[in-house]
Amino acid sequence: MRLLIDIAVTLLRAKLRQSIIAAVGVMFSIAMFVTLLGFMNGLNQLLDGLILNRTPHVRLYNELKVSDQQPIDLVHSSGTPISDGGPYNIIRSVKPKDELPRLRNAQAIMDVLAKDERVLAVSPKLVAQVLFNVGTTDLTGQINGIDVLKEVRYYMFTDYLVQGEPYDLATGNNTIVLGKGLADLMEARIGDLVQVTTATGDRSMLRVVGFFQTGIADYDKVQCYANIKTVQKLLARPGSYYTDINVKLHDLALAPAMAKEMTARFGVQAVDIQTANAQFETGSDVRNIISYAVGIVLLIVAGFGIYNILNMMIYEKLDAIAILKATGFNGSDVQRIFLLLSIIIGVVGGLGGLIGGFALQKLIDHVPFVTEALPTITTYPIDYSLQYYIIAVTFALLTTWVAGWFPARKASQVDPVEIIRGK
Amino acid sequence: MSELHKALEVVKVSKSFHDPVTVKVLKEVSLDLARGEFVSITGKSGCGKSTLLYILSTMDTDYEGELRIDGEATRQAGQARLARIRNEKIGFVFQFHYLLTEFSVLHNVMLPGLKLGRISKAEVEHRAMELLKELEIGDQAMKMANQISGGQKQRVAIARALINDPLIIMGDEPTGNLDSRNSEIVFEIFQRIASEHKRSLLIVTHDPDFAARTDRIIEMDDGRVVEART
Repeated sequence: MRLLIDIAVTLLRAKLRQSIIAAVGVMFSIAMFVTLLGFMNGLNQLLDGLILNRTPHVRLYNELKVSDQQPIDLVHSSGTPISDGGPYNIIRSVKPKDELPRLRNAQAIMDVLAKDERVLAVSPKLVAQVLFNVGTTDLTGQINGIDVLKEVRYYMFTDYLVQGEPYDLATGNNTIVLGKGLADLMEARIGDLVQVTTATGDRSMLRVVGFFQTGIADYDKVQCYANIKTVQKLLARPGSYYTDINVKLHDLALAPAMAKEMTARFGVQAVDIQTANAQFETGSDVRNIISYAVGIVLLIVAGFGIYNILNMMIYEKLDAIAILKATGFNGSDVQRIFLLLSIIIGVVGGLGGLIGGFALQKLIDHVPFVTEALPTITTYPIDYSLQYYIIAVTFALLTTWVAGWFPARKASQVDPVEIIRGK
Repeated sequence: MSELHKALEVVKVSKSFHDPVTVKVLKEVSLDLARGEFVSITGKSGCGKSTLLYILSTMDTDYEGELRIDGEATRQAGQARLARIRNEKIGFVFQFHYLLTEFSVLHNVMLPGLKLGRISKAEVEHRAMELLKELEIGDQAMKMANQISGGQKQRVAIARALINDPLIIMGDEPTGNLDSRNSEIVFEIFQRIASEHKRSLLIVTHDPDFAARTDRIIEMDDGRVVEART
């Protein structure tokens, strides 16, 4: 085998120019493949992250709705179902009963969930509808009372905080982070006091400690964040008053099943991330398919390059093949020599392509990319995942092997008598 | 290698070409070759002598009849076994030298020896160098194969044929492309191989002077052996 490698390398050296061109073809396609996928997936993650980072995998809440069973049903009911012709009551304009949108037993639910092995983090949330009093006009807004430290840790809160420190929000009393759009409308600066009126008419003054920007304008004009204790105080509610529980799981795929389970177990509404944001996965999948398709086409083109060059080499080397066979090399030796040529080109080109691809990724990673919609992004996003490199190398070896196999087989079938007698 | 066997035995070998019409080019040719015998095959162009040589070389397997090399019947052998027989027991010298131009002279000589793998690379190199010196081209060993003269190339081809110390050397017009001086050198080398190394030689040639000086002449005409002179 070492002898065959030796012969293959010598033949390659003799055709150095062509060999380099073939290897550069492979290198180019591998580099493009790796770069394309890294870049595409970086963008995918960025775009998905816009929503998914900030969205809990399962959200528990209590929706106010009319009771399924009205008092009259308890009194006038024969026990025969309506479908079997039983009597029924008709009531029009039923209203929900006077109830707070709170989650009952929120603390107990959180304790149970925190012990669940599938759950990564549980955090409470309290949402309050408010009016911001600016001069003589009022702006509507929504203050989200959050557990700041958990938001920072599990929901990338800091990434969207364009000014201010999350620590100020976590520790301060009566502090607020305003949506950037809302802050611009109010011309509020850090340290300013803003006056807030709740739905029940209570007024409070809150100090601005930061600005928040998601890149979704409508959202940034309404949403504000405050410490959960501050919001409880604002609404004059006790310390166990929560409207939502956000659950983040270890495995996103479990969310729909978990949501159903929680609804059944705790008697609350639960919505999973897949139901809430069905469109994201579709977009990512389509983009992935396109980038893989382009990348594989590049590799196939490189494969044809190798095929051509090997075919030419075989025509030029018919004499050499004939004499090798005449002096005792058999067909499979000759086939191996030419297959080795192809694989050497593939390996050298592939490795070069990986290095080239990494360099290109680094380059793109340093190209400035500034957009209003994405405050924390300054350069184009790149996903450096190892899997693209592995896929690229696997495909490179596969295509070069296939591209080499056909010419190599042809070489192995050369009849030495025909060549030698032809002279 | 058993001394009981003849180097080469050919029993009633026939061959036909079928394209475009069937032509019988060899008609029940029988001959044999003893060890250390220097034999030439002569005949007119198209008499089938080269065709016979390529059948004897085991490269052409499309024939009828029986061929034994060192007592081993080759008809039943697979391609891999035939390649091994060529590598180990047969050395070739063609009209054209067929050196690999990408390799040095020395490396060209070494290739069949490395393929056989009976001795180490260093030993093959040593033996190749000895052969080149014996053929008086030791000083050309490190040159590339396309940098030496025609006569030298043919001597390199002979050294390559000898590297595995084969039982039989076969030649297809080995002096056909050489001038008289180089032809003379090649002939003397062949004679020495037969007398000193005790190898059999089977050389197809057009040259009557060359043929006349060999141990035995096999003359062919129209696919048959017509005369075997000594």
